[in-house]
Amino acid sequence: MRQVIIIGSGPAGYTAAIYAGRAGLAPLVVASSVEAGGELMKTTEIENFPGFPDGLQGPELMFKMQEQAEKFGAEVLLDDVVSVDLSGDVKKVTLGSGAVEEALTVIYATGSAYRKLGLADEERLSGRGVSWCATCDGFFFKQKEIAVVGGGDSAMEEATFLTRFATKVYVIHRGDTLRASKIMQDRAFANDKIEFLWNKTVTAITGDEKAAGVTLTDTVDGTESHLDLEGLFIAIGNDPRTHLVHGQLDLTEDGTIAVQGRSSKTNLPGVFAAGDVIDITYRQAITAAGSGTVAALDVEHYLAGLDQQLVAQALGEQPAEPVTVSA
Amino acid sequence: MSTATAVTDANFEAEVLNSDETILVDFWAEWCGPCRAVSPILDQIASEHSDKIKIVKLNVDDNPQTAMKYQITSIPAMKVYRGGEVVKTVIGAKPKPALEADLADFLA
Repeated sequence: MRQVIIIGSGPAGYTAAIYAGRAGLAPLVVASSVEAGGELMKTTEIENFPGFPDGLQGPELMFKMQEQAEKFGAEVLLDDVVSVDLSGDVKKVTLGSGAVEEALTVIYATGSAYRKLGLADEERLSGRGVSWCATCDGFFFKQKEIAVVGGGDSAMEEATFLTRFATKVYVIHRGDTLRASKIMQDRAFANDKIEFLWNKTVTAITGDEKAAGVTLTDTVDGTESHLDLEGLFIAIGNDPRTHLVHGQLDLTEDGTIAVQGRSSKTNLPGVFAAGDVIDITYRQAITAAGSGTVAALDVEHYLAGLDQQLVAQALGEQPAEPVTVSA
Repeated sequence: MSTATAVTDANFEAEVLNSDETILVDFWAEWCGPCRAVSPILDQIASEHSDKIKIVKLNVDDNPQTAMKYQITSIPAMKVYRGGEVVKTVIGAKPKPALEADLADFLA
């Protein structure tokens, strides 16, 4: 049995691990088998993380965070969580390997996942012209005509970034105004490779081996049209990754895990949440890191408030490391 | 650092297409985070099944001709070649058990 299991390995998870590690709690970080490091593993240059005036690469920042967490005794496991049981005093976390890890507390920091359009051929053509990551895949669309779906900051950022490669970037947006911040809008409007298609939703993606086009439906008059494309980048937002805790943790109407005030406390004692899974507004590396700090401090406080005799007993019961008693 | 041999536009035909072995080519780039995640998993699979499959890497930045020829639009992309033909394509970083399942026909 552990004192704390941290689920997730983005800035929230690793920062929680650094704090919990320094507090002597020897946290287990379940980092995911292929998404360890979280969303920043898919970014390039990070220019706004304090302390790095020359910027650094997203993956580099995450490797540094992992190294720092491990330095203070965190154990990082490259495995996935398949289910959790958070209701009792002892929390149970089942891993992809089949192993069940137990702990007195859990910090849930699973971040968010790219939202999908929900179309029939979206999955089939994913990686074959349909993408959720301009920085990952934009390189392959040199001299091609492509489109970005969405009207927020990330859609504007992706569209602007993709003009480095593509000859033409359509921005398909269901409304006639953008949610994106003014600076991002202005940058996109000023770019003559970008053309906006207003009041349109993508209702089908066509293509056999590769994406070849989209069907657009006008949101005002319902007319359909077709657009030939070689690439479609979907940037319609993120959803907090909460599917493992449905029915166990309370959610907000935004779909985030509900926490009390500025704390990380969920509706269940001993269960804390941090990072993008509780925040759809700010979603920055540094705000997630701050949120992870809060969670680690809340865990320390919670553990200190438990009956220490019972804690010692609980931690001693599980022969994580066999103890040899010599006569 | 990966243990896999690097192949290039120049030697792709000789090393991959004309090879008698089953070869998995990992199309990757320095700037691709998921590529870094999947690389050690591929190294493990290669060493555990060295009699069945050979795994090599192709940097798409340095070798655009091959990347274009095989219509790579997303990386990591892993293509299995036998007798000069692509017999399997796996796109995106996946957990080891999922990759092993995708490649089961070539590892048994």
